[in-house]
Amino acid sequence: MEVKDIKIKNMKYEDFKDNETLESYVQELRANGVNVAVAKIDDLINWGRSNSVWPLVFGTSCCAIEFMCTAAARYDFARFGWEVTRNSPRQADVLFCCGTVVHKMAPVLKRLYDQMPEPKYVMAIGSCTISGGPFKKSYHTVMGIDNIVPVDVYVPGCPPRPDAMIYGMMQLSRKIKMQEFFKLPKQPATPQGETAEGGEA
Amino acid sequence: MKVIQDLLAQMPYAEVVRQDKTYLVTVPKEQLYAAASLLKNNEKLSFDYLNDIVGIDNGDSLGAVYILSASQFPSYIIRLKTLTDDREQPTMDSVIDLWLSADLYEREVHDFFGINFLHNPDMRRLFLRQDWKGYPLRKDYDANPELNPIPTENENLEAMEDLPTVDIDLNGKRREQHQKLFEKEEYVVNFGPQHPSTHGALHLRVSLDGEIIKKIDPNFGYIHRGIEKMCETYTYPQIPHLIDRMDYLSGTIHRHGYCLAVEKALQLEVSDRAHYIRTIIDELTRIASHLLGWGCMANDMGAITAFIYGMRDREKIMDIFEQTCGGRLMPNYSCIGGVMHDIHPEFQKKVKAFVPYMRKMLKEDHILFTGNPIARDRMDGVGYLSKEQAISLGATGPTGRASGWSNDVRKIEPYAAYRHADFKEMLRSDGLTFDRYVIRLDEIEESLKIIEQLIDNIPGGACCAKTKAIIKLPEGEFFQRVEGSHGEFDVFISSKGEKYPWRVKFRSPCMTLVNTLKHIAVGGKIADLIMLGGSLDYVVPCIDR
Ligand code: SF4
Repeated sequence: MEVKDIKIKNMKYEDFKDNETLESYVQELRANGVNVAVAKIDDLINWGRSNSVWPLVFGTSCCAIEFMCTAAARYDFARFGWEVTRNSPRQADVLFCCGTVVHKMAPVLKRLYDQMPEPKYVMAIGSCTISGGPFKKSYHTVMGIDNIVPVDVYVPGCPPRPDAMIYGMMQLSRKIKMQEFFKLPKQPATPQGETAEGGEA
Repeated sequence: MKVIQDLLAQMPYAEVVRQDKTYLVTVPKEQLYAAASLLKNNEKLSFDYLNDIVGIDNGDSLGAVYILSASQFPSYIIRLKTLTDDREQPTMDSVIDLWLSADLYEREVHDFFGINFLHNPDMRRLFLRQDWKGYPLRKDYDANPELNPIPTENENLEAMEDLPTVDIDLNGKRREQHQKLFEKEEYVVNFGPQHPSTHGALHLRVSLDGEIIKKIDPNFGYIHRGIEKMCETYTYPQIPHLIDRMDYLSGTIHRHGYCLAVEKALQLEVSDRAHYIRTIIDELTRIASHLLGWGCMANDMGAITAFIYGMRDREKIMDIFEQTCGGRLMPNYSCIGGVMHDIHPEFQKKVKAFVPYMRKMLKEDHILFTGNPIARDRMDGVGYLSKEQAISLGATGPTGRASGWSNDVRKIEPYAAYRHADFKEMLRSDGLTFDRYVIRLDEIEESLKIIEQLIDNIPGGACCAKTKAIIKLPEGEFFQRVEGSHGEFDVFISSKGEKYPWRVKFRSPCMTLVNTLKHIAVGGKIADLIMLGGSLDYVVPCIDR
């Protein structure tokens, strides 16, 4: 029986635009030999993790409003177990970066990311977070948050529709589902002692 | 107007140019304070409302334009201008003792142009970090990213709390003094910039005595995107896309204001059809914005259901926008000369179905929340803002109207199709949190009335006037006001006849609202702070621009 696959219940396999990238990743995992017993436990844990992702909303501007629509009655991301938005980074799994990040905000974002416990993910919502978007010519905008924190999923748009955000969430669900949980970093690998202890709290 | 003419006659040093209801008054730097205080403190007609202070850089000189109006005759505007040749250490007299709104405006001009306002006790930068090098809106600003790299550390709190004051002593020597914002023993709580209820990235430092708020220091700039500087490198048709993204909740209205300003400058005739469509879209935007404001305020008080209800009804408007404009939150609809494209064939039908639906839901909202004893207990008697304070702070929009200040630009200076609609300006007199809350729901009702009157009478014709391929504004300064959903939005464009503007300034209605928070929350309990913020309904990216 195959271990590790990228199918999720919330969205059909065929509906994803790009399956190849993750498939090749899975192939690689299998080729390197996955211990069946460990992988089964992995799968069980990941099944739980990918269906109850707790986001930290880092909403600075316009995209945050579309995020609110995603959370409200019509699009309702509670259907996928994403609704427990945390206001403390110490309780969150994924950082939703909705909105422009500027110079003055950059250290704040970095700090919040550092305070999140491992394993942690980042979603960059909107063109601003991807590349500076409409503010490419500005003196004060950070041209893409990947200059500051590593990003797992990019959702383009200005602002992206709630459907697009949900698509991004599903992509992240798949990514979480196929990871080897026991090989993920356990503690934040940052020099600041403060954040390492925060991961436990 | 005779009274204004008389007033201006008392300033022999001033150069006056009149354009309709606007007076351009240029005074020498030394007489600035005298002129300002004469306009403010005279018995006949007090110019008690300072709309904005616009900093400008003419290349050789730096200057500031004070936009003033009188709450009694709000349709008259005085633009008081003064210039200084000193680019090294420019100074001007401060007017903070005349208008409460002036302190943030002066800090903004200082931040962008490096002008020091003498005797203003707080000459910190407003948006940028205190260690930022250069003054970005000056024409000779060096935008080399190496000078100002992305910081890795949070801003130093010491630097944030150090208030410099600049003044000139009797011998004409410049002195700089420093004060501390908070005493050493004071108990200071940080609020934001990452907080679910700041409505954006706002940072407040709150000094407490037990539960009672002693002082609030708002700290802006966590979402300062430099839009005004970018506008100087964009052509006129490109700029509206940035305006949408400033105050995204009332972006369509603000964009409309910008288009009106450019059309006025070009003397472009806009068809009635475009006027009607714009007005209807504006009112829908206002409803959507008030619904969100209402929901968020209720959410801030702990009523999540209300938030969900507000968002549910807002989605109906988003659907209408999407069908006609192609976008939900950012419809990108008005353009110079009219609107981007004609309305969808189903637009009228959908809007007409929306109006009775919204009326019904509004009733439900009132039952759900307005009459709720818990909500009333929290809102009643909290956060008093007097009419005089509101005017002096420039707290326009529903906030000012809840205190009894009649400031609706749709009435003062009817633009677009508002003159064809019969509607009331909602006014209340108590100026308490509950008034600010309920006035938004009342305004939704008025907006529905406006829409109802216009929707069946949209005239035929083209929806967009023809414009030249390259739009160049004639030389001069242009000014337009519109009533955004959070307050008065002003556009100031200074043109040198190029295809790029020389200077664009937007008045942020939300900045004055945060300034208001600073005044009304002091003396109250810390637990009310969030709710007061919700009742003022500000949007932070609008402040930071
Ligand atoms: S991507 Fe567009 S909508 Fe999103 S924050 Fe940036 S400007 Fe606003």
